[in-house]
Amino acid sequence: MKISRRQFLIGGLTTTGMAASKNPAGAASSDSPELRIKGLKTTTTICPFCAVGCGMIVYVKEGKVVNIEGDDLSPINQGALCSKGEALFQVANNNRRLQKPMYRAPGSDRWEEKSWDWVLDRIAKRMKETRDSTFMPKELNKKDGKEYTVNRTEGLAILGGASLDNEECYLLGKFARSVGIVYLEHQARL
Amino acid sequence: MTNHWNDLKNSDCIMAIGCNPAENHPVSFKWIEAAKEKGAILIAVDPRFTRTASKADIYAHIRPGTDIAFIGGLINYALQNNLIHKEYVREYTNAPFIIVEKFDFNEGMFGKWDDNEKAYDMNAWAYAIDESGRARRDPTLKDPRCVFQLLKKHYSRYDVETVCAVTGTKKDDYLRVAQTFCGTGRPDRAGTILYAMGITQSTHGTQNVRAVAMLQMLLGNIGIAGGGVNALRGESNVQGSTDHGLLFHQLPGYLPSPEYSDATLEATLTKRLPKTNEPKSANWWQHGGKYAISLLKAWWGQDATAENGFCYDYLPKRSGNYSYIYVMRKVLQGHVEGLVCMGMNPAMGGPNSLKEREALGRLKWLVTADLWETETSIFWKRPGVNPKDINTEVFMLPAAASTEKEGSITNSGRWAQWRYKAVESPGEAKSDLWIIDQFSTRLKAVYAKEGGAFPDPIVKLAWDYGHEPDVHRVAREINGYFTRDTSVKEKDKTLEFKAGDQVPSFTYLSDDGSTVSGCWIYCGSYTREGNMMARRDPTDLPNGLGIHPKWAWAWPANRRILYNRASVNRAGEPFDPKRPVIVWNQVEKQWQGDVPDGGAPPLNDDKGTYPIIMNPEGVGRLYALTLRDGPFPEHYEPVESPARNLLSRVQHNPLVKVTSDIEVDLDKYPYVGTTYRVTEHWQAGAMTRSLPWLVELVPNMFVEISQSLAKSKGIRNGDRVRVSTERGSLEAFALVTARIKPFIVEGRSIEQVGMPWHFGYAGMATGDSANILTSAVESPDSSIPEYKAFLCNIEKGGKRP
Repeated sequence: MKISRRQFLIGGLTTTGMAASKNPAGAASSDSPELRIKGLKTTTTICPFCAVGCGMIVYVKEGKVVNIEGDDLSPINQGALCSKGEALFQVANNNRRLQKPMYRAPGSDRWEEKSWDWVLDRIAKRMKETRDSTFMPKELNKKDGKEYTVNRTEGLAILGGASLDNEECYLLGKFARSVGIVYLEHQARL
Repeated sequence: MTNHWNDLKNSDCIMAIGCNPAENHPVSFKWIEAAKEKGAILIAVDPRFTRTASKADIYAHIRPGTDIAFIGGLINYALQNNLIHKEYVREYTNAPFIIVEKFDFNEGMFGKWDDNEKAYDMNAWAYAIDESGRARRDPTLKDPRCVFQLLKKHYSRYDVETVCAVTGTKKDDYLRVAQTFCGTGRPDRAGTILYAMGITQSTHGTQNVRAVAMLQMLLGNIGIAGGGVNALRGESNVQGSTDHGLLFHQLPGYLPSPEYSDATLEATLTKRLPKTNEPKSANWWQHGGKYAISLLKAWWGQDATAENGFCYDYLPKRSGNYSYIYVMRKVLQGHVEGLVCMGMNPAMGGPNSLKEREALGRLKWLVTADLWETETSIFWKRPGVNPKDINTEVFMLPAAASTEKEGSITNSGRWAQWRYKAVESPGEAKSDLWIIDQFSTRLKAVYAKEGGAFPDPIVKLAWDYGHEPDVHRVAREINGYFTRDTSVKEKDKTLEFKAGDQVPSFTYLSDDGSTVSGCWIYCGSYTREGNMMARRDPTDLPNGLGIHPKWAWAWPANRRILYNRASVNRAGEPFDPKRPVIVWNQVEKQWQGDVPDGGAPPLNDDKGTYPIIMNPEGVGRLYALTLRDGPFPEHYEPVESPARNLLSRVQHNPLVKVTSDIEVDLDKYPYVGTTYRVTEHWQAGAMTRSLPWLVELVPNMFVEISQSLAKSKGIRNGDRVRVSTERGSLEAFALVTARIKPFIVEGRSIEQVGMPWHFGYAGMATGDSANILTSAVESPDSSIPEYKAFLCNIEKGGKRP
């Protein structure tokens, strides 16, 4: 009988395929320890590295990621991962991960830890100041001498997107254009 | 990709040019090996003998920047040896179309060149039109002014001898490639071309890809299983970010972003939406107005009405080319006050890193959102600078990892796959969704309270995604919904929709304000039936071609192979019955298999349509009308090249603006430099150089050189070396390898120096950045920098000059 790898690990077997073991799959027995992933909550995700889009299964214990492996159900990778995908565990668990908003004052040589409210309010203030002082409702065209409505700012620029989800990309573009930003680019250009 | 990853298993011949899937898209090799198990041939065309080359049946050595010569030679070979798919070429391409007399090509230049504008007059490249407004054509393909004959004439100059002299490929290897790949022109053979940055990062990058598409059209490989023009994209959602219009020249769904001269919505749509006099062309972009208006409704909601042009005035209008290089130049000149980098690292990813880093110091303020410190967020304390001299205010925001948020991403094969949140982010890190929502809601609040410069587009922006925000609300808006109760007549029945119902497909999007859709090509991804991107049924179709129609959702309309109407003949019968992508069921009067590319009956039927639905002509363009540097790809040398152009007297692409940091003196810089990637690191390195397992595998920056170059410079494997270009110099370890060999250029041996570009000064494992060496000279069509071919020097020793 064809057994999926995940069934095997989670212990979905009830047939004679496991006749050799007296215990259900995943339980400890005299010659092997209990599987670390037994009974853990799982979610699926897609690898954040290249654009093959390999499926992954994430195992969580007490709010922490304890294992990430390929999703055997995905027709794209059928459970396989490359070395980067296999190392995603170390993105989920890494003491170099940024945990707090940080601020660097002009001319300063260090970071200062700030609250989200503080940084976001100040960023909104900066965005508004820059937009207000650089917004161009109209532009005089040098070639034909006519004035055109352009409603844009060239004082602000936004870069990024390839590592953002679709929904995040959509909101970034919607936000950028509402502000009148035309300097909007990302990794696809390079 | 026109096709998708699993489809590779259907191919008879896979040509990987300017890409290295074994190392940079490793799991894709599953499907390449599945094809090989069935007897498929793998061809690797690369300046280096890569891991892909090591698995290939044929390896062709190619000098960086000479891909048009290589592909042009294959085009010539296919034409001269009658290996093209004749019926396909005649019916599904513009091969029979007649071109106006003004079109000309002479000594490397197309007619007509305007020396004042430094550009071509593209009117000289038009189709000759008959009285009914359709392009005149010769179905016998014999007229000397027809595309087919002009194509033959143009590429007759790309004979095998000349091509190999340019590319440095061994003639025997080249002939094997030509015979094998052009052998897929048979209707029962499928050839696929995989490509990536190796051919795009060039001052003729767009034309490189054009050449690939042309070869595939000649061989009848577009629209079939195991065929196609397949870009191996590099980031997990660069496909999605492109789809959602995060480039200056686009709006979501590949609508063009408006320019200053696009004064009103109506005038813009009239000017830009293509019309056709070809009765059998679906001309899909004629519907662009419905998509644009549905987008504007998504952005300004109820405030967007027919009376005010759906708030079209709120959209900023551009007056030029604001590509990445242009923007960073403006930053360097001090013209940009504030920059927001959402998971992007310009201090690493752009060309001429020293200038990029200097530019960041001209900003008044900088916001970054990343999982880690990056070269960009800590540019102000990078090695060699005094923070006191840098006045940029920097906000470094902690971002959530992929396992800490829910949403969809789209792979290279256009499959949008949903993923889930496993855990909370560490500390106070937040998703980009939350961060962007905060930017927008706070800016709206402050403009509503204080007023300011033209607040309307911000204050009236339709922005209501809930407190957290709710990613499903966003996904539903992207798909789109009806703004009022709507009845739609569909063949013999009437469908009823209520206000707020999800739109089932983009064929229901309207230009009267009754529909909202954030991105028309994603319409169908989140319907009344639910989130199609979250589907997890891996069952394949009975045809076994790896379509997997119920796994996630592909744009557009869940179609897995684009242009699949070209896989059948005029009667709707598959050219290759063994690989039936779509089949017309004469009894039920419908298509079976993949989602057909246009549901109309076969071409022979009265209501039948041509297969290339996104072109107004309905057929593929062997001859292109809209690329500024020419209707046919022509070989030119990279801007920094060790060789004279052997094809003509024009050294490099005439439309390229040569930057001041270019140097072609071979005494100063005698070697060809190129950059690439390794499996263990990813892009600018932030996501991998702080992971101990990956750092253990590749801990250091290195450059690869041939055994002969090493010997002549006294460099041994593991020595510290210094590589320099006109832009800057770097230090690295030398990796001496047999995988790299010199090129013979006009009798001289020209060595190459290759290197990965992942290293920088931030993170756990640091090293010098390859982009210190590259130049911001860009392609005139796409503005991509020519990272893949430059001139450099190498010396033993680690001390900088």
